[in-house]
Amino acid sequence: MTSERSPLAQERLAYRRSRARRSTLIALASTVVFAVVLVVGVTSTPGWPRVQATFLDPAIAVSSLPAILAGLWLNIRVLVVTEIGVLALGLLIAMLRTLRGPVFFPLRTLATGYVDLFRGMPLLIALYLIGFGVPALRLQGVPTSAAVLGTITLILIYSAYVAEVFRAGIESIHPSQRAAARSLGLNHRQSMRLVILPQAVRRVLPPLLNDFVALQKDVGLISVLGAVDAIRAAQIVSARTFNFTPYVVAGLLFVLLAVPTGRIADAVAARAARRQGST
Amino acid sequence: MKPVSEVPVLDVRGLVKNYGTTPVLRGVDLTVQEHQVVALIGSSGSGKSTLLRCVDLLEEIDDGRVLLDGVDVSDPRADAAAAQRRMGIVFQAFNLFPHMTVLENVTLAPRVVHGASGREADERARELLARVGLEAFDGAHPDRLSGGQQQRVAIARALAVRPRLLLLDEITSALDPELVGEVLAIVRELAAGGMTILMATHEMGFAKQVADTVCFLDGGRVLESGPPGQVLGDPVHERTRRFLAHLVDAGRLT
Repeated sequence: MTSERSPLAQERLAYRRSRARRSTLIALASTVVFAVVLVVGVTSTPGWPRVQATFLDPAIAVSSLPAILAGLWLNIRVLVVTEIGVLALGLLIAMLRTLRGPVFFPLRTLATGYVDLFRGMPLLIALYLIGFGVPALRLQGVPTSAAVLGTITLILIYSAYVAEVFRAGIESIHPSQRAAARSLGLNHRQSMRLVILPQAVRRVLPPLLNDFVALQKDVGLISVLGAVDAIRAAQIVSARTFNFTPYVVAGLLFVLLAVPTGRIADAVAARAARRQGST
Repeated sequence: MKPVSEVPVLDVRGLVKNYGTTPVLRGVDLTVQEHQVVALIGSSGSGKSTLLRCVDLLEEIDDGRVLLDGVDVSDPRADAAAAQRRMGIVFQAFNLFPHMTVLENVTLAPRVVHGASGREADERARELLARVGLEAFDGAHPDRLSGGQQQRVAIARALAVRPRLLLLDEITSALDPELVGEVLAIVRELAAGGMTILMATHEMGFAKQVADTVCFLDGGRVLESGPPGQVLGDPVHERTRRFLAHLVDAGRLT
């Protein structure tokens, strides 16, 4: 290290620190004021006692928790399977859409049609069509479980979104990278796998994680098919007690589930920014 | 009170800059008088670019002062944006805005920061583009231009705000050899027109011709400075001599 800081630098450092302290204090004060206004504003409304009893009953919250947690476990299992399926199918469709050459026209068209269909189709309607329509065929060996059919539907719909994210990533890699890979004698598949995709995936990680959080909530929609997940479990308790508290509990659990993913997304973005800054 | 002309446009005193625990500048003293051209030379990593970035207040400095027209602009209480409005910088990699046309690049700061009217800014920009020989390209986007043309646009952009001090950060280092001349010709013209310039450069021949003072930076300090004939022709320090000898070996200095 260089020599000690001069009095001038020390004075400036002290000034900067005092400014930083001041901003922290202002932020703290404004947060407290905001929170107090919000709490007082809501609790002083005429209907508050009724709302509190209907939505925030601690006894019902505690008694409904085990059932909702058991349901959430189903959500988490569906989420993991769906996410793996979505990443695989989404990547496959993205690669099909980026194939060049007239030979691949049918594959490209098929992939484009897939994306158009499943990106445009409302998730709820797709769940009804597949969840109730497929079992009605009464085919041997076709799954009839609500959770399995819900998972398949989620994979079909989300793959369409994720495919477009992957495609944007692949096409954002400069053509010179492909040229460099081909110049070394790598074929299309090798240059895709070893040169283009690693860069593309790194670039689209933040939007991918965003879609992952959206999926985390949407797994709750399989409850419309009758699968007993967290939302369905909350609905059952709610119907028994005439109280909405179980929904609040389930909602909070979904939020808790999303928080780590959000932090991972932030960390990934920060790492990408550092990498950009260091070069 | 001193007459204004005696206060240097730029006065850097004891400037220290560390990146983490790595010292980059270890106490740099430097003055640039009005209408003077000062060239910073030195090997890669000697701190030339960092010095320019510190002067333009793009980096927070760790110690020392930067005085612009005698006013300490490095003070955290000072208005850094106001000081930056009075300086123009041209970067090694041009840093033009790719989503704007050439004309929009040049008129952005006059319109948005300096409150010039659209017509006024356009007129001035066309005048500057004519001066750098690019009046025909005002509607083009930067990626349609060659490196030399892009750098000339970047110079016009820096000049559009009529800066008191022009900072040039190795503006020819990213250019093909045959494009270097067109950019240096413009700088030569600016210097002849009385523009106050502080520039980092690897073009020793150019520094010799245009600069009033050459400063050799080494290990984060100004090792020696003086008229180009003396620093480049008969340097006092062993380090300077070795640096120049390397350049001669590489065929970059005759």
